[in-house]
Formats: sequence, C-alpha cells, structure tokens
Amino acid sequence: MQFLQPILAAASSAAPATDNFWEGLWKSFEKTFIYQDRWRFFLNGLLATLRIAFFAALLGVLVGFLVASVRSTHDMRLTGKKCRSFGDVVLKILNVLCNIYITIIRGTPAVIQVMIMYFIIFANSRNKELAAVLSFGINSGAYVAEIVRSGIMSIDKGQFEASRSLGFNYGSTMIHIILPQAFKNILPALGNEFIVLIKETSVAAYVGIAELTYVGNLIRSRTYEAFFPLIAVALIYLAIVMLFTFLLKKLERRLRNSDH
Amino acid sequence: MITSSNVLIKVSGLCKSFGDLEVLKGIDAEIYKGDVMVVIGASGSGKSTFLRCLNLLEEPTGGTITFEGVNITDRSVDINKHRQKMGMVFQQFNLFPHKTVLQNMTLGPIKLLKQSKKEAEANAMRLLERVGLSDKAYAYPSQLSGGQKQRVAIVRALAMNPDVMLFDEPTSALDPEMVGEVLEVMKQLAREGMTMVVVTHEMGFAREVGTDIVFVDEGVIVEQGRPEEFFTNPKNPRLKDFLSKVL
Ligand SMILES: Nc1ncnc2c1ncn2[C@@H]1O[C@H](COP(=O)(O)OP(=O)(O)O)[C@@H](O)[C@H]1O
Ligand SMILES: [Mg+2]
Repeated sequence: MQFLQPILAAASSAAPATDNFWEGLWKSFEKTFIYQDRWRFFLNGLLATLRIAFFAALLGVLVGFLVASVRSTHDMRLTGKKCRSFGDVVLKILNVLCNIYITIIRGTPAVIQVMIMYFIIFANSRNKELAAVLSFGINSGAYVAEIVRSGIMSIDKGQFEASRSLGFNYGSTMIHIILPQAFKNILPALGNEFIVLIKETSVAAYVGIAELTYVGNLIRSRTYEAFFPLIAVALIYLAIVMLFTFLLKKLERRLRNSDH
Repeated sequence: MITSSNVLIKVSGLCKSFGDLEVLKGIDAEIYKGDVMVVIGASGSGKSTFLRCLNLLEEPTGGTITFEGVNITDRSVDINKHRQKMGMVFQQFNLFPHKTVLQNMTLGPIKLLKQSKKEAEANAMRLLERVGLSDKAYAYPSQLSGGQKQRVAIVRALAMNPDVMLFDEPTSALDPEMVGEVLEVMKQLAREGMTMVVVTHEMGFAREVGTDIVFVDEGVIVEQGRPEEFFTNPKNPRLKDFLSKVL
C-alpha cells in the first residue's frame, strides 16, 4: 500500500475538512485541472514544449549535418596532409571552429546554456521561446553532428571510391550515395537524440519559459498540490515519447524493407 | 595536343608515398588505344596504388599522368570530367546497396551525362543483356552472387561509355566457380577493342588477351613486354621467381 502514500497525502491535504478519501482526491483533481480552466495551462504548456522541441530539432539536424559535413570532409581530405589551397585553409579553420563548438556544448550543462542564452544573449529580448529554440537547437546540433559523422564513417570507403570513379564530385557522392545509406544506419540514434531533446526542453522551466514543466510547477505552487500537476506532466512527456518511439519504429521497419 | 594520337594514357615518373612509405618510385608507361595492359606483381608491390593513381583516386606525390592529351595531375584540371571517361572495377564490387541494378547503372548517365531516364535505362538494359543479367535489372545487389555483382559493376562502368577500363583484381574476391563468367565478359570487352588496364593474378587471361604485360616490384616496373616473350622468356630474376610461383 506504500504507493498510495502520496495519493493519500494529496487527498488529506486537499480536504482537511473531510475524511472521505475519494472526495478529497476529486477536490484535488478539480483544483489542478478544472478550477479556472487550469487544464488550459497544461495544454498551452504542452504546445510550447512541442513547438520548442520541434523547431530545436529542425535546427539541430540542420546544424548537425553542416558540422558533420565539415568534419568528415576535413577528415577525408586533410588528415595527415598539408593545406595546399585557399579552400583547404578555410576547411581547416571551419573544422577547428566545429571542434570548439562540439567541445563547449558537450562539456557544459544544458541548463547553463539556456541561462546564458536567456539572461545574456537574449537579455534585451521579449522572445523567450526563441531563446529556448536556439539554445536547444544549438545544443542538439552538437550531438547530431557526432551521430551523423559516425554514420558517414560507417559507410565502406569503397562506396565513396566507386562513386568518385564514375565522375561524381564529393558533394554529389555524399547526397546520392553516402548520406542515404548513413541515414538508415543512424536513424535509431537520431530518434534517441530527439527523445532526449523533448525531455531536455523541461530545463527551460528554469528560466521561466512557460512550457510543460514550468506550467506543472506553477500549478503546484498555486494549489499547494504536488501530486496531480507533477504526475500529469510526467504522463504527458511519457505519452509524447511513446508515440514518437512508435512512429520511429514504423519508419525504421519501412526503411529496412526497402533494402534487400 | 596529343603528341602521338594513339597514346591514351602516358605516365611519367609517377611517384606515390603514404607518409614515409614510398610505394611507387618512378613509373613510366604508355597505354595505347585498344591496349590490354596487364599489371602483375607480388602482393603489396604497389599494383593497386598504380591503378588508382591513373584516375587519381590516389593523388600522386610526383610525376605526371596525361590522359587524352590532358595532364590530369595538374590541380586546376576538373578530374571529375576525366573520370567519366575512365571506368573502374574494384575487387570488392562496390555496388550501391540501396539502389537496384538498374539504378546503379543509370545514376551516372542521368546525373552526369544528362541522359534522359528512358535513354539511360534502355542503354543499361542493352548492357545487362550482353552480360546475361537482364532478369536482374530490378534486383538489389544483396540478391546477387559475387560473379553477378562483378558483371553488374563492369556494365555500370560501361554505361558511362568510357574510353578506358581499369580493373583492380576483379576476380580475387570471387568463389572459383564464378571467376570464369567475369573473365569471359572482360575477354569479350577486350575483343571489342576496349582499352583496359588490368591488375590480376589470372595468368591465363594475361596470356590470352593481354597486349602488354607489366611486372611491378618494389614500386618500379622491372619488366614489360608482349605476353609471348614475357612469359616464355622472362629475364628479371624476381619475375622468374614470381612466375614460378603463380604458373
Ligand atoms: N591508403 C594507404 N595508406 C597507407 N598505406 C597504403 C595505402 N594504400 C596502400 N598502402 C600500402 O602501399 C603498399 C602497396 O599497396 P598496394 O598498391 O595495395 O599493393 P598491391 O595492390 O600490389 O597488393 C602496401 O604496403 C600498402 O600497405
Ligand atoms: Mg591490390
């Protein structure tokens, strides 16, 4: 019966005047969701979370592919070689910048990154959500970059050579031959990164962006009820992640079937 | 301009090092139109490196390669244009696993030669028929045997309508019973007058269709000649030793 403890606590704290357990629970539920249409807060918080996660994922994939392109191009063309053209020098500099970016992002907590974005870079801006999208997108990009790079590196060198021997340049080889195969290999890892990202957006609550976690906590502080707001928020995250996992599995299966 | 109109590829003083490892130490060779140059030599002697330098998959560290009158080792040359004219066949086939046989063969012609899809597919089907694989047009590479894969790899290169075909041990990764079918395609190609450079251990092939046999040892060509002379009367002791092991 231990698992009922918080429910009992919720019931008793909600209704000190009554000793009816179910009535207390209902009161607590009502206070959390129904009174003053509080469910709307949760809905808006959910939408904010989805918006932030969606656009941050787009940005992360974009940044990730760009950074991975720079890093793999550099590794393929210039490892152990000297720069011999202006392009080589530019590539080398870009690679150094990408390395610094990945090192910083992976070496600092996401919550600090959001705070820096929000309190320093966006100090004079009202657009809180944009700050969150940028912060999480830039954060995710570093992880996506390493996933994509490992995907590119996992493709047999012979694929690259066969394509180049036909006369395809580096870019076309990437687009037609390497990336389609790499994408299939990295899809599970990319999906995983997106799941991490969805949950990590909860960090935005720390700087007061009204996403799901923030809303849950807000309701908790207004109602002095911890149980329903927090469990509700947890279940909503869980539902999103499970739905996404389901869709991802479907896509993976379809991609697998298209390859023989 | 081409000095001698029949020289397709001229290699002068070709050197290639990987870091401190000197693999090619000054190779000179001329490949004439319609030639079938067969490159032989011990494992690790630099045969693949030589072949891969011809289309600049490996970038030479010294010397020049002139292809159809153009010095392709010059960094200002667009190597992609010239590679279209140099087909290459690899030991490990290197078919694109995410594409069907037909897509493998038409990607280059459509994207690079700007052929229409219809034209490219008709051409690919004609080539597949020639190597007895028209029923595999819509198969994926993983559904083919090794011999079939290599025949597809050959016609994929041919679909670009190249002026020379480079083969790097095309039968070495095959089960013995499949070597014949691939060699047969290559012999047919040679009879039709295709210029070929072939790295192989198949001495029967070298004798039968080779026009110019080259023995590479420690990064230089130590002996070269027409097959009759080359195989019946080898002069270099290393070559004699090599032939005694493979014949
Ligand atoms: N990409 C490379 N990096 C470093 N060493 C290489 C590379 N490719 C080949 N080599 C070395 O060059 C030598 C010649 O290799 P290769 O041309 O493949 O010989 P062959 O084809 O005659 O067996 C070998 O010692 C090999 O280890
Ligand atoms: Mg070799």
